Amino acid sequence: MIEINNIVKSFNGKEVLKGITSNFQKGETNLIIGGSGTGKSVLLKCMIGLVKPDAGTVLYNGRDFYNSDKDTQQSIRREMGVLFQGGALFDSKTVEENVRFPLDMLTDQSASEKQERVAFCLQRVGLEAAAKRMPSEISGGMKKRVGIARAIVMNPMYLFCDEPNSGLDPLTSVKIDELIKEITEEYQITTIIITHDMNSVLEIGQNIFFLYQGDKLWEGKKEEITKTTVPELQEFLFSNKLLREMAR
Amino acid sequence: MSVIGKYFIFLGSLFGKGEKLSVYWRRFIEECVGIGVSSIFIVAIVSTFIGAVSCIQTAYNLVSPIIPVSTVALIVRDMQLLELAPTITCIVLAGKVGSNIASELGTMRITEQIDALEVMGINSSSYLVLPKVMAAMFTFPMLVIFAAFLGIFGGYLAGTLTGVITERDYLNGIRDSFVPYNLFFMCVKPFVFGFLIATISSYQGFFTTGGALEVGKSSTQAVTNSCISILIADYLLAQLLL
Repeated sequence: MIEINNIVKSFNGKEVLKGITSNFQKGETNLIIGGSGTGKSVLLKCMIGLVKPDAGTVLYNGRDFYNSDKDTQQSIRREMGVLFQGGALFDSKTVEENVRFPLDMLTDQSASEKQERVAFCLQRVGLEAAAKRMPSEISGGMKKRVGIARAIVMNPMYLFCDEPNSGLDPLTSVKIDELIKEITEEYQITTIIITHDMNSVLEIGQNIFFLYQGDKLWEGKKEEITKTTVPELQEFLFSNKLLREMAR
Repeated sequence: MSVIGKYFIFLGSLFGKGEKLSVYWRRFIEECVGIGVSSIFIVAIVSTFIGAVSCIQTAYNLVSPIIPVSTVALIVRDMQLLELAPTITCIVLAGKVGSNIASELGTMRITEQIDALEVMGINSSSYLVLPKVMAAMFTFPMLVIFAAFLGIFGGYLAGTLTGVITERDYLNGIRDSFVPYNLFFMCVKPFVFGFLIATISSYQGFFTTGGALEVGKSSTQAVTNSCISILIADYLLAQLLL
């Protein structure tokens, strides 16, 4: 479980996160939703240690990330898998080398053990055939799947996904969503997904957190979201025609 | 001042907790090929022509009957060893290698590849930059020795083919009043310049923010700052070591 307490972050005097507190449950998909510029990505970066919050704590199974020594931070980081918005694959490495990279860097496994693990992860995301291809030779959806394979290769306890279906067609988006949900349930990991895609909310959202101008305005289950009385969330949700009709 | 402070903090981070030695060794070899081997062609072209031009122009200016013709070769040799081979070669390398390093790291930054390394718990600056710095400090002196040789050879070709100096006079001239210390001085310069080019360009690339436009700006800034630092260091080394 991940707990965040009173996370505050400002850039050049502008408060981007205004004291956000939440718990993210293990084995469930936790979606952070909100419009553009509401602080979703900054919150994610605060959680994974890329941006240090001005105040507040981030606890990983009770371990305070920012108030830990470097070794503890390092070990927490090695329990994380992160899928970046653009995949963040290393351009100079093949798909297979990208997935193997964390194993090469962070473990002492033998070559055959690594090969076996990489093959398993690529097979899990359906990309065995693309193992020898370069990132520039594969589609956006495939890059995301490689990103997922690389994120899970170290058996993470926490999976973070930053807009996993941005720039993808609806069919590929659904496949990516399903894959993330399956992996979350299969490995019982704590998954946090940043998105503003309402299809994802409907498809895989279990716990949903709504951010608005740096504040958490709503938190609840997927089934409750269409019954919300929060005007900002209503406005955000019902800009989608499908949801408007569902709510009627 | 804050930029200089940030640069030194960045340098400190290169020597922070690193990865396995085998990882650095592999990266070092890759960078030696990328930085050193791939620069051989441009260094060869530039140094040969600079040697040729310096021979022709020195001969053009030395018209006194009391100065022996072999002095042309002596001047070409000393110009190559003391200044042209190390400084001009490194300025050329600042353009080629510096822009390459800055744009590579800048692109990695804006496409979140550096963030990906950091969240894996890898010291990204050490993993990405330290092998580049080491490779530059290792390969630049070799490139400069190669450039000095080709510069002197270029002078020989231009001088003998155009008839401004005979082969015998040129060979006598390049042996005359030779100071071995100049070779040491020639090798110290690219060692320092390699460090400056690699670290300044890496710094510019590593802290790129924005998009493709900013990567281009970082690359330009890397070359500009590297060239300025080379010229300042060139003066300081000459003052200190000669």
